[in-house]
Amino acid sequence: MQKFDAIDAASLRDDVPAFRAGDTLNVHVKVIEGTRSRVQVFKGVVIRRHGAGIGETFTVRKVSFGVGVERTFPVHTPVIDKIEVVTRGDVRRAKLYYLRELRGKAAKIKEKRETPAAKA
Amino acid sequence: MTHITERPVKGLLGEKLGMTQVWDADNRLIPVTVVQAGPCVVTQVRGEGEGYHAVQLAYGTIDPRKVNQPMKGHFDKAGVTPRRHLVEVRTSDAASYEAGQEITAEAFEAGATIDVVGTTKGKGFAGVMKRHGFHGVSSSHGAHKNHRKPGSIGGCATPGRVFKGMRMAGRMGGVRQTTQNLTVHSVDAEKGLLLIKGAVPGPRGSIVLVKTAAKSKQEA
Repeated sequence: MQKFDAIDAASLRDDVPAFRAGDTLNVHVKVIEGTRSRVQVFKGVVIRRHGAGIGETFTVRKVSFGVGVERTFPVHTPVIDKIEVVTRGDVRRAKLYYLRELRGKAAKIKEKRETPAAKA
Repeated sequence: MTHITERPVKGLLGEKLGMTQVWDADNRLIPVTVVQAGPCVVTQVRGEGEGYHAVQLAYGTIDPRKVNQPMKGHFDKAGVTPRRHLVEVRTSDAASYEAGQEITAEAFEAGATIDVVGTTKGKGFAGVMKRHGFHGVSSSHGAHKNHRKPGSIGGCATPGRVFKGMRMAGRMGGVRQTTQNLTVHSVDAEKGLLLIKGAVPGPRGSIVLVKTAAKSKQEA
């Protein structure tokens, strides 16, 4: 709780969907080329969410042409056009750094079942 | 060492509230320090016959019981209620101020170049590596129990003493420091907040003096 929360509140976005590590996202990133602006989609698995408040960031990992690519975005950055949650992952960690060592099928994350049968 | 040219300098006392971040118009992330600047009152204008031109600013609330008679008289003379902090800002246009006048954060505009004076965070008793940036001693190659030590501090029988001013371990921080050439990112006139790009000296809640940069180029 700070005395200037109002300043942060002005930059906070309210259109960020709920997501956590293991989820697969489509991050629509605004790219400026010269004078033109277009939207590029970065699709990958969230491997961490870090921090809180205005400084919160998340990292998305994807494998592009056999090379692992990770991009870290501030959750509230205006550079992001929108975030779509593609799938919910079933993971048991908050930080999925172990994915960096895995390739192919081993790096696949199970999809979470929306209505867990185990509860019944 | 006469002071060369006195310049019009705007000053404002305030409280450092802390740091956060904002995005600018080009979506770049800007780290900012939030300063609750002012409102300050002018308690005295120094000018003719005093050898220099300056305005004396006062800021902050104080328990009236803690104000002694001399200070009370001083504030009464300016026609203002007693304040906690007093500071003098040397400026060539001191004559344009008058006692009792109130100065708010609006004195500064977004984009202005400023200096911020504050008292740095106390670091306690610190070694030479932290305090003076010494490189220390090798971590290996047979070094034994002297990894963070300063090494030699001088000769032997000649000069037979340690020179004055030799940099050694000791109390660090808690001293007045001026950070020069910071930029005002934006001003919230309603709440009296200044958003200053970058860091300013001191912990949260400390008193800082914001004034026009001494080395600003935009002076006409």
